[in-house]
Amino acid sequence: MFAFILRRIIQAIFVMLVISLVGFSIQHQIGDPVRDLVGERVTPAEREVIRDQLGLNDPFYIQYFRFIKNACKGDLGLSFFYKKPALEVIVSKAPATIELVIVTAIILILVSIPSGIYAAIYPKSWFSRLVMAASTIGVAIPVFLTAIALIYLFGVELNWLPSYGRGETVNIWGWESGFFTWDGLKHLVLPSISLSSIMLPLFIRLVRAEMMEVLETEYIKFAWAKGLHRQRVWFIHAFKNTLLPVITVFGVQLGILFAFTILTETVFQWQGMGFMFLEAVERSDTSLLVAYLVVVGVIFVVVNTIVDIVYGYVNPMVRIVGTK
Amino acid sequence: MKAWNRFKNSYVLYSFKRDPIAIASFSVLSVLVVICVLAPVVAPYNTYDTATFDIMDAETPPSWMAEGSETFMLGTDIQGRDLLSTMIYGLRVSLLIGCGAVLVQAFIGILVGLFSGYFGGKLDSFLMRVTDIQFSIPYLIVAIFTSAIFKLAFGVGRYAELAVPLLIVIIGVSHWPIYARTVRASVLGEKNKEYVEAARVIGISRWQIMFRHILPNTLTSVLVISTIQVAENVMSEAALSFLGLGMPITKPSLGSLIRSGFEYIFSGSWWITFFPGILLVIFLLVILLLGDWLRDVLNPKLYKG
Amino acid sequence: MSHLLEVIDLEVKFALRFGELTAINGVSFTLDKGERLGIVGESGAGKSVTGFAIINLLSKPGYISGGKILFEGRELNRLPEEEMRKIRGNSIGMIFQDPMMTLNPVLTISTQMVETVLAHQNISKADAMDLALEKLKKVHIPSPAKRLHQYPHECSGGMRQRIVVAIALLTNPSLIIADEPSTALDVTIQAEIMDLLLELCETEDMGLILITHDLAVVSQVTEKIAVMYAGKIVETGTTEAVVHDPKHPYTQGLIKALPGSLQPGARLNQIPGMMPTLTDIPAGCAFHPRCTISDTVCQMEVPALISIDDYDRMAACHMVEKSFP
Repeated sequence: MFAFILRRIIQAIFVMLVISLVGFSIQHQIGDPVRDLVGERVTPAEREVIRDQLGLNDPFYIQYFRFIKNACKGDLGLSFFYKKPALEVIVSKAPATIELVIVTAIILILVSIPSGIYAAIYPKSWFSRLVMAASTIGVAIPVFLTAIALIYLFGVELNWLPSYGRGETVNIWGWESGFFTWDGLKHLVLPSISLSSIMLPLFIRLVRAEMMEVLETEYIKFAWAKGLHRQRVWFIHAFKNTLLPVITVFGVQLGILFAFTILTETVFQWQGMGFMFLEAVERSDTSLLVAYLVVVGVIFVVVNTIVDIVYGYVNPMVRIVGTK
Repeated sequence: MKAWNRFKNSYVLYSFKRDPIAIASFSVLSVLVVICVLAPVVAPYNTYDTATFDIMDAETPPSWMAEGSETFMLGTDIQGRDLLSTMIYGLRVSLLIGCGAVLVQAFIGILVGLFSGYFGGKLDSFLMRVTDIQFSIPYLIVAIFTSAIFKLAFGVGRYAELAVPLLIVIIGVSHWPIYARTVRASVLGEKNKEYVEAARVIGISRWQIMFRHILPNTLTSVLVISTIQVAENVMSEAALSFLGLGMPITKPSLGSLIRSGFEYIFSGSWWITFFPGILLVIFLLVILLLGDWLRDVLNPKLYKG
Repeated sequence: MSHLLEVIDLEVKFALRFGELTAINGVSFTLDKGERLGIVGESGAGKSVTGFAIINLLSKPGYISGGKILFEGRELNRLPEEEMRKIRGNSIGMIFQDPMMTLNPVLTISTQMVETVLAHQNISKADAMDLALEKLKKVHIPSPAKRLHQYPHECSGGMRQRIVVAIALLTNPSLIIADEPSTALDVTIQAEIMDLLLELCETEDMGLILITHDLAVVSQVTEKIAVMYAGKIVETGTTEAVVHDPKHPYTQGLIKALPGSLQPGARLNQIPGMMPTLTDIPAGCAFHPRCTISDTVCQMEVPALISIDDYDRMAACHMVEKSFP
């Protein structure tokens, strides 16, 4: 078990090194730290001096090691636009994105698990057919269209829900939260529904497929043969076994949701990390962009590693049972 | 003629005729593709020619509405272009990029899969590790990051100028792992079969075995993947354009058209977003349905991701 | 006296996309209280399907298309689902083939035992736990109290099959259906499990239907045998009679294939060919292509299952019919 964890951690470090190399190459090739620091009104001679001072004329690998050393200390360069450390900018935008992802995850779980299970138990009912058809069509609708449709319907036509911004937020120990005001919660509805629509078809199909597979197993047949009530067979015997693989996929996808916020935050003018990313591209704010890539990469790798390790803990038991 | 007869009696055609969804999807797709190819002939206006439109016509509603004009059936966009023509040209661009990117993806993926599967060993584990890592990140995310980096590297103006080839490359490199995995799996299956053994014994070179003997056996899988891949590429392109990382508004794809129209839905000009959106969804849906059908019929051993 | 279980002309079909397949075609047998019956045949003969049909748990797309199943005077295949549930695991216990797959990997043994009791009896959880412990003792599990709180993967295969037997015993059923209960186990453990089943049937006065492909196992445990081939019973009788004086050529072949029937060093006999799949059952007697004594009549007519000396001794073979006019 220890060897397994160690292997996963080494793997994670390797992936992070690759991410950092990519990030560094971008900064090295495209970025202009001198401009980030002093702006554009400097003479070429002055620039050269500053470049030397910053070590920008050092060999590539020395600069790369410096980049990693600084990154480990939390220094990912300066944002040209905000005139602040890039990481600080990202941290200030993070709460908006994290809250959006949390609400989205809750919606995903609350919708996909019941409907997936229902579709597995009654595959021929009209509801199951509807859910499956909707998830087929859902795959073909790009998220920004879903978002626009929601805005048009609930924001413009019906005027029930706000369609841009975060609304009123409360500052709790430096964390700008929209969870504690009615206005903030209302602003969360449409963006989180849109974001969840990206993964909902996938999740429903996954839960359904897993549950159907479990329902075919011998131990479920035995549970029926014991004369248990169907609720017990479905929700205790089958559901518990469905949960394990589902949790794994949910975990991994959660990391990916952070990146997908780019697509929804733009539509809803949601002042989070995804919105900031596109702004950084528009403003050629290379350091901020690289910092964003590194942060999202780290979130992804950390979530993946944790899920793998947790699954590794639970899995040996299943594996022993599954083989003869 | 012989090939036609074989096709006429094949299982593929038989199940196609019995599947109304497949027939409908195929018909809609054919019509759309023909319209795209013949755009200069079919479209009422050439929207790339700035002389044909006037900013004074901007935001004209569809012809059946009160303020609509007979000249513009689906109304005009924010620059006064005929919306229907712009959509046709937009779909044409989307389709071009989608198909171009499939070629890039198939090229990279088949090459990686062939080498990985045929040579095995360290090369295989390295290539597969790379493939796995990229596979674990959704292609759309990879495409967004890649295009952002390209946009920074090329600068906004140059990026807009070179948008079509750049997008083909960007979407191409962001979505090849499925090819690599599938091709590798079928190579592993074929590699130890007797005919490959025999070819090796009579002294046929590795390259010939790989490209002349093994590769053709993977083509069914490649075909099935490619169908769905076109839809996913068009989806990537639309998303990138919507985010402002794709086609510029001067040569809009459906995505950039929707982006430009989005700001105007609050003022009531819903059609600039609505019609391109519907067209995009229909286009994607028919390809996906056809792809699903093809996968069921040909049933190749696909690598499930 | 009425029988404990009476299966009359049972017919099971599988509704598939391209048509229906008949898996069980007119199977009849009876079982009295405390009696032990072995159903023998190759895989695919329809033995397990018969077992699952009795408790109405055929996996889709299988369904009972004809016949009657009478258990303790009630017609099982007509019962509403809730009534059937009350019989399953209560008066009819099941034991499955592979103990590795039968127990739910994520639930403790106590959970899986207690829930069975609570599904059928209105007693407290603590009482159910006591009952579980008592039954674990009855199947000779060492340190049963400890086992109760373990997960299935912490027990060996033989141990798990004992637990499955204990679960079947929890509600003192009058009939146990054991579907290949020892096939997935090591040979020594096989014998232990069979001994245990025999002992329990005798002490608890339970009826047993033992479904197996292994004639040797059946001959040690059961009093009666029904031999199945391609969805039909081809021979029945007391174990003694069938094993020592098989009438049907198929049964004869099965017995000749047993290692015990031979001198050391001699080659094992085997029945030539394979059992037909459900899609292409031969016309006439389904066994005729593999039969050494088949005649033209065997290719034309389906032989009926007829009594050959007393009521329980029956065979379905034209050649046997000829010698018993």
